[in-house]
Amino acid sequence: MAALYAGYTLRGLAPAQNRPNSGIQGVEAERDSDHVVVTDSTRCVTLYKVSDQKPLSCWTVKQGHTLTGAAVYNARTQEYVAVSDRKVIRIWKEDDIILDKAFKATVSSDVWRVHCVAGGDPVVLFHRGAVRLLDSLLSAPQQPIEEVLSPEEAISWSTNIVTESQQFVIFTTEQKGDHFLYLQRLNPNSLQRYHLEREEPGLSPLSFSVSYRDKHIRLLYLYPNGHVYESVVSVRAPVPEEGAQALPLPRSLLLSLPVGEGLLQAASAQELDEAHVAVVGVPHPSAGSGKDFLCIWNTNFQTLQAGKEMAGKIYGQLWSFWNKLFIPHGKTFSVIPYDCPKSSLASALGKQRQVKKDESKAPTSVPSWNTLLHEEKAHPSRTAETRKTRTNRKSQSAQSLTNDQVLELIKTAPVEEVQREVQLLLSRTDTQDLQTSVGQLASTLASRSLNDPAFYTPSSLVQLVHTRYLCHSVCPDLVLLALERKDYFLCQLCLQFFPDIPEVVTCACLKVFISMSDVDAAKVNLEPDSVFFMEALIAQEHEAGLNGFSLADEEDRSDNLAEGGATAQRDNEKASAAEQMCPVGLHKAVLLNEILQTAYFDSFLLPHLKDLSSQDVVLFLQYLQFVYLKFSHDACKPTQGLRSPSLTQVMDWMGLLLDAHFTVLVMTPDVKDLLLNLHRFVKSQVRFVSELGKIEGSLQELDKMALKRDVGQYSIEIIELF
Amino acid sequence: QVKHPVISLRFVFIFIVQMGEFKVHRVRFFDYMPSAIRAMVFSTRTERLALARADGALEIFNFSDNYFQEKVMYGPRRVAVEALCWVGPRLFSAGLNGEITEYDLENLRPRYTVEAYGGPIWTISVNSQGTLLAVGCEDGTVKMFEVLKERIQFQRNLDRQKGRIISLSWHPSGTLIAAGMMDMIRIFDAETGRATHRLLVDRGAGASKSKEVVVWSIAFLSDHTIISSDSAGKVQIWDGLNGTLIRTHLITKWDVLALSVSQDESSLVAGTSEGTVVQFQFISSTVDRLDKDWVRTRTFKNHSHDVRALAHTETAVVSGGMDTQLVVRPLLDKVEKNTRESAMRKVSFPHRSLVCCAKKAGLLLFQFPDHLELWRLGESDGYGKLGGSLPVKRGPEKLIQLKRKGEDHICCSALSPCGGWLAYSTVTSFRLYRLQNGSISICKVSKLPKDLLPAHQLCFSTNSSKLFASSSNSSVVVVALNELECKYLGTLKAKYGCRQPVHQLSASDNGKWLATANTDCEVHVYNLDKLKLHCTVPVYGSCPTAMAIHPTTSNLVVVHADQQIFEYSLVKKEYTEWSRRLQKQGLHSMWLERDTPITHVTFNPKNPAHIIVHDMFMFCIIDKSLPLPEAKNVLYNQMALRSLPEPDRVLHSHGFKICKDFQHLLCVSLLEDHSLVVVERPLLDIVSQLPAPVRQKKFAT
Repeated sequence: MAALYAGYTLRGLAPAQNRPNSGIQGVEAERDSDHVVVTDSTRCVTLYKVSDQKPLSCWTVKQGHTLTGAAVYNARTQEYVAVSDRKVIRIWKEDDIILDKAFKATVSSDVWRVHCVAGGDPVVLFHRGAVRLLDSLLSAPQQPIEEVLSPEEAISWSTNIVTESQQFVIFTTEQKGDHFLYLQRLNPNSLQRYHLEREEPGLSPLSFSVSYRDKHIRLLYLYPNGHVYESVVSVRAPVPEEGAQALPLPRSLLLSLPVGEGLLQAASAQELDEAHVAVVGVPHPSAGSGKDFLCIWNTNFQTLQAGKEMAGKIYGQLWSFWNKLFIPHGKTFSVIPYDCPKSSLASALGKQRQVKKDESKAPTSVPSWNTLLHEEKAHPSRTAETRKTRTNRKSQSAQSLTNDQVLELIKTAPVEEVQREVQLLLSRTDTQDLQTSVGQLASTLASRSLNDPAFYTPSSLVQLVHTRYLCHSVCPDLVLLALERKDYFLCQLCLQFFPDIPEVVTCACLKVFISMSDVDAAKVNLEPDSVFFMEALIAQEHEAGLNGFSLADEEDRSDNLAEGGATAQRDNEKASAAEQMCPVGLHKAVLLNEILQTAYFDSFLLPHLKDLSSQDVVLFLQYLQFVYLKFSHDACKPTQGLRSPSLTQVMDWMGLLLDAHFTVLVMTPDVKDLLLNLHRFVKSQVRFVSELGKIEGSLQELDKMALKRDVGQYSIEIIELF
Repeated sequence: QVKHPVISLRFVFIFIVQMGEFKVHRVRFFDYMPSAIRAMVFSTRTERLALARADGALEIFNFSDNYFQEKVMYGPRRVAVEALCWVGPRLFSAGLNGEITEYDLENLRPRYTVEAYGGPIWTISVNSQGTLLAVGCEDGTVKMFEVLKERIQFQRNLDRQKGRIISLSWHPSGTLIAAGMMDMIRIFDAETGRATHRLLVDRGAGASKSKEVVVWSIAFLSDHTIISSDSAGKVQIWDGLNGTLIRTHLITKWDVLALSVSQDESSLVAGTSEGTVVQFQFISSTVDRLDKDWVRTRTFKNHSHDVRALAHTETAVVSGGMDTQLVVRPLLDKVEKNTRESAMRKVSFPHRSLVCCAKKAGLLLFQFPDHLELWRLGESDGYGKLGGSLPVKRGPEKLIQLKRKGEDHICCSALSPCGGWLAYSTVTSFRLYRLQNGSISICKVSKLPKDLLPAHQLCFSTNSSKLFASSSNSSVVVVALNELECKYLGTLKAKYGCRQPVHQLSASDNGKWLATANTDCEVHVYNLDKLKLHCTVPVYGSCPTAMAIHPTTSNLVVVHADQQIFEYSLVKKEYTEWSRRLQKQGLHSMWLERDTPITHVTFNPKNPAHIIVHDMFMFCIIDKSLPLPEAKNVLYNQMALRSLPEPDRVLHSHGFKICKDFQHLLCVSLLEDHSLVVVERPLLDIVSQLPAPVRQKKFAT
């Protein structure tokens, strides 16, 4: 799920009140993810350090002059470029204090905006649609500028992107209610013109956002009726002849947002990644018609992923840089970090790992802003730990190695040294830095272990997994490596901590676990909590035995019965006795439990399940039945606090197994009892559910009866008293 | 008349047919809107709770008598009372008009008013000795008033502070006083008047950092612990000797508006803007530890809006606020479980009738604080099926809306049974109008006798020839009415020593008797021919909440706050046989456990055995000829009986015909044409008119 984190305000910036616009002309990225250049609507350009929430420097043009285009930062020359009074291009560096003393050049035509993105050269877009590279323009500032647009046409929005091979200036124009998209390539120059499909008459797009992915430029635009469209333009599209008609631009409806009453006035949609769109100024579907919300929508599943109310007026402006959204609203200018993890079908459709209480206290794999910004406050419990590591750090700082050195070391050094250094590195590094290094460490370790059969560092890997910064996609070899090296403890940890284990790997683990002999399994060292849970579960079985339910007794009694029904009876009792026995050993059961608790999606799991041998399937089914029986006894609820599979998980797996192997199972005589038993469960469940349905029906009837007819202000009624 | 207790089934059958159907005028157009609760104070000594509402009304509840609302008073002008204070049996209030008022609880009006000259007064507090009143003023002064026998006298100011004084609390020793202000708490030495400590209160986190924090309420305990509650949502415990903060409990995102500490200082409650009441107890946090600490223990959520006022009685938490309801929530560790005392009480409606019904004319008079409304009921023809509604031929009609003169609240009103006279009284004026029904004209009667003031309760005789007004010292003024003239006939005086106001008046249909009941639980019956006391009903320990004289038998039926019913024969001057039987057998426990008092008694002229009574949630026709409900059986109400098959119904039916089809009743009356009038005011309608509560964050919004 995408998430919006607690936002903060950029200090010293207050959008003007009582004006339709926010007073902010533009926000542009600066040298790194922590700096932005903000241009206000009049005379001021401010450089902010975002995490400090404060301005680093501020440049102002003289009274009487105005900035007519947002300032941009040219990372190559480390200069700022802005346009004042439509025709004057100003360029300055960070240490220039007075803007008027900096470089100025007056051009011959009105400038719409200057664009510059990282990896590209600054580009100047003129009001009449012409485009020049800044460098070439400055070489002859008074050069004549051609008119590209027809006289009634006006630019409404523009941007600039850089692909692998080329730089593009993209701008949209409006002409008598029609909207056009211009795609200007630079070097070699060419211009394409597209005609946007008309929405309802009178509606023009409120906002545009553009992204580049897979050799295609994607334009996302929002209409006041809440429709968000996406149009895709290939960057390699053949260049049409000059003067050709505007091509129609196909579009697809991405989202249809709720708009509440009336049309949207000030709203903006910004694409965050291929599946997420941030929208501001649109009502939250579950919070009335107020339009002051910032929401993240998933376009694949049409679901609202996160929402946040923004106090004050929304101006329909929204910028996003480096996982931060910049929004002016009311009197404030907020920065809201967000996070859009890749959504998987599994997570969207719900077969997620069960959310339990203990998971909430586990540190999230994404460092939250709170922990980053207010670490001491948020985690008082960790101060002791860090103090310890700090002392460690002091004592070892002399001989300890850097991350890169450790990585190098892993490739060659012997096991002991690697283990020592990894431990040192882990104890030393701050948690923020860990996130990047842990992945590198783990994958290097895994790749060396795979290549070098003699090399294996179980303890280091366990430590790395324990940091919880690892996931399967970061280090895809790890689980298979653990399986190969029969390191089941590591397997267990991976299954426990990785949210994204693919179904094929889950199945591979299952296969290994189920076919492992109990003797082998018993030797494995496993996580104590899960073992404890399983012990408790099995112990209950023994207790039941003690309470006069022992096997010997039953057989004695059945011997005394008459011949005819006795065999069937005995079979039954044997079966039920067998059900009471755990079909697998303790440690094996623990490992299987871990499998039950992983996230999966049915259709992906099924084909892999078919690979299991029928013996394994029967054993696994028996085990599932055992757990199910235990759980259905009231006495043995899944214990609070301990990791344990839930009843639904057990049922789901049972269903999946039967689906995958039904024909084989039906043909196998040994399994008949088991299947009959399961059938009995199902029948009883069905009966139970149908009874519930009946109750529900009668309750609904009751509800209807209780439904009072609407009594107005006055009525004359007849009542009867007995 | 059938008096025999054992009745054959056959007879019951016939009787059921007789009881039969009622045409009911179901009225919902009385837009009664109670006012928000501003302040309350509980007196342990008298077991009385005084409560002030936003519209300036003061109410006194008797907690020892089933939480009965004994008295309702109105201040001289529409002034919001900000704080209340009991000094022994005397009640003081202070408000934002800057005045301190003492009330005359016998004549239900302000006794005198003293200007404090410090701007609006936010708080008032008396020392435990009852000798000094301290008030906290807007100008930053704490002013001390000496409590004298007949009045209060300004003594002196304590050191003046910057910023208003919002809350005050005396140390039980009377030597120190703590004052809650903006952003801080000050401790004063009450003798020297010097401020000895200054305790700074943290502001809220985040955006509210720039807002001043208001110390809404404060409590000074005998071990010098100070407890404060403030607008940043905190309840803070301070060491008053050293001026240090001991502990902070953040209990809400909004304001904590009220605090109240139990008498033994072992428990305290705090009320928040979210409508919750949070209890803290002074206990050791773990079982084996000896040192005690204030630990948050319970949270009650009985209000939808701000809890503005709180009282911690010995056994219960009493709370009230913007949602206008008074809630008494017993603490289950202090009362026995599953008893009457352990049930939660909500007082939503006043315990007296605001509706007057002219039985002959089919008119309804609604009393609002600032105006009266006169309505004519609608009509229908034809017959509908049982349980259904009839087509309304003529809808109800609002005939008159009468605004009160001046600023004062209307404290009582009455409409004559014929619909020809209308009278109302405020604290300072009394008005009588002649109504011409046919042409809807209203005409003020001038030259009223002066003795009519102050009137606490008004009542017309059945033939509309006399008006009775209860006056000071338990007396009743009798005035004769004829065309455009009214003449003082005399004053009915009870025996010497009766001082409590009369709150119930009832005249007999034959014009011979007048019964009065006062809040001392005395019921007097006067002979109107002789204008003399006829008899006094034996005093019962609970206050009468409603009474009426039977039109034919002249038996007086009195219902008390503890739900007991008595029938007293005025002729024989003794309890009737039925009453004795009822007392002997006892009322059904389900009847006694009802938590709203009966507010009206009336009779069925067609069947003298019927008594019609109602409370907030039901009305009941008591048929004296039927057997009483037995204690061991379930008390079936009409709805339950209807669902039973016919034979069972006969078996289970009893003399109390309880009908719960209509809820939130303000009035049930029987018109002369034998149709019932029920006036409902659904609580939901009241809730819907309240301002929006503070915004609560809901999941995923």
